[in-house]
Amino acid sequence: MTLQLFLLTAAGLFAIGLYGALSQQSIVMLMMGLELMLNGVILAAAACWYFLAPGGTEGQVLIVVVVTAMAVEMAAGFAVATAIYRARQVDMTDGAADLKG
Amino acid sequence: MNEPMPIPAQVTLPWWWALLLPLVLIAAAWAVTAFDAVVTARTTGRRGGFAVPAREVARLLVGQRRRTVAADPVLWRAGSAVLPVAAVLAAVVIPLGARPVADLGIGVVWFNAVEVLAWAAVWMAGWGPNSVLSLVGGYRFVAQGLAYELPHMFAIITAALGAQSLRVTDIVAAQHDLWFVLLMPVAFVVFLISTAAMAFWGPFDAPVAADLAGGAAAELSGADRLLFSGGRWMLLTTAAAMAVPLFLGGGAGPLLPEWAWVVVKTAAVLAVMVWARRRVPRIRMDRWTEISWMVLVPLTLAQALVVSIVVLAQGGL
Amino acid sequence: MTVAFWVLAAAAVVFGFGVFRLNSMAQVTFSLLASFVAVAGLVLLLGLSYLGVVIVLMMVIEMVIMAVFMIMYMMNPAGLMPMAMYHNKPGAMAISVGTFVLLATGILLVDWPRRTGAPAPDLTFALGRSLMGEQMLTMMTLGITLFATIVASVVLATGRGRYDRLGDDLDAPRADDPLGGGVGR
Repeated sequence: MTLQLFLLTAAGLFAIGLYGALSQQSIVMLMMGLELMLNGVILAAAACWYFLAPGGTEGQVLIVVVVTAMAVEMAAGFAVATAIYRARQVDMTDGAADLKG
Repeated sequence: MNEPMPIPAQVTLPWWWALLLPLVLIAAAWAVTAFDAVVTARTTGRRGGFAVPAREVARLLVGQRRRTVAADPVLWRAGSAVLPVAAVLAAVVIPLGARPVADLGIGVVWFNAVEVLAWAAVWMAGWGPNSVLSLVGGYRFVAQGLAYELPHMFAIITAALGAQSLRVTDIVAAQHDLWFVLLMPVAFVVFLISTAAMAFWGPFDAPVAADLAGGAAAELSGADRLLFSGGRWMLLTTAAAMAVPLFLGGGAGPLLPEWAWVVVKTAAVLAVMVWARRRVPRIRMDRWTEISWMVLVPLTLAQALVVSIVVLAQGGL
Repeated sequence: MTVAFWVLAAAAVVFGFGVFRLNSMAQVTFSLLASFVAVAGLVLLLGLSYLGVVIVLMMVIEMVIMAVFMIMYMMNPAGLMPMAMYHNKPGAMAISVGTFVLLATGILLVDWPRRTGAPAPDLTFALGRSLMGEQMLTMMTLGITLFATIVASVVLATGRGRYDRLGDDLDAPRADDPLGGGVGR
């Protein structure tokens, strides 16, 4: 149990999530990828807190922030997905490429 | 109180109680089932009913597993297995007498987190068999859980607020002078209501109701059904037992030893719930959810505000 | 401890893979949940009991809700046939593997500082004091963000606004709702 092992696990989760977020066409699956990336961030924050600066509470506060970010991401993401689906039956990211330059 | 309280020695039961706990819980759930069956028999003018749980268990144990077309067996089986496991894990922090099996510093949060597993369990059991009625039951429970989770959480956290600790034994200790049911009656009532909703019991049993031919449990049979309905009874018992340390002073009481008082109070809470199921009609889902959002959530928030003012006035923290 | 770490770390990564390997949407969601629970276990292993349990609590709720939306917005949610809905798979693979390699090199090569300080005796208490003390600004920002999210997501997702419910001049005596509620409005 070392900092490196924890961070490698976190990096693995982050990379898997990144793959999903980039390669999935469905908006919902894309959000799963984002959640998985944040999952890795939680683990990294906890590990850095424990192995580097356990005296402070900044690591814990960071985890609270990330968990909140996940909730916000999901609520806002599903609201947008609902709005865009209601407007034009789009549930894939490729169908919502209007702003592509 | 600037420093956290020192942790007293000998606060937990011996380790082998962890093995005994599931048996205790099963026995308690068995007793509640028998009581409910006796009451049912009486209302229909028959006698007896004591043997109903034994008969049911035997019947389900020899029953065959139902198979459905294009089912999702992984989630289906997991759904029924998770319910009793969640009940036992939640019971870990409840003091059986003076001491719980595990006196976690974050006891009430643990209880709540494990209880929420029931959501996932019922939804999975409803989704698994690829059947319309059971899926509708699963969705009903998600809506009900969402609506009643917030008041449930606020009620629990109000008790923790009154004791200024998340540790269940501290909450019991804080009720030495005044039981929390008197200090925060609204939170207690809301806790009972939302407990019934979380254990899909009483007027809140729409997820497994007869209008859906059994809802989430419609396609369950044999051992799976035993796990599911047994787990539901165990969840109900656990949640009712949690009302004792949170609001009813734990094992405090004259004459009898502490464990006996816990049993008596738990039985009283369960009796109220069994009674309420027979007295309150099952109302349509959308009505129940709106009552929770519009009435219970503001009530519990106001209750929490009142309790925190009382705590501050008494010079807490 | 070490065994627990390896089991949980392996579970987190394997279930993480499962999210993009499984075919059934429901199983995908619960695979993600299992990955979260494994990470929560690792957080517990580091002594952060409150945060670990809160992660479990939040993620169970979040994933059950996610499952509902998944099934709403996906074709073939039950995974009755294999499906592939990818775009630019090789590119995504290259970028994510590259990111992992980059992160791993950094993790292994950086000379990490020594551990300073010791954990507080009651970490939950320390977190609470910190959030209500020197990190108050963080806490308030989080609160306002959450509130803004509630308002924004209701506005975005609602199908029938107040003009649908109460008429063009908002003067209908009773709201025209398809379903009545329990409070009798």
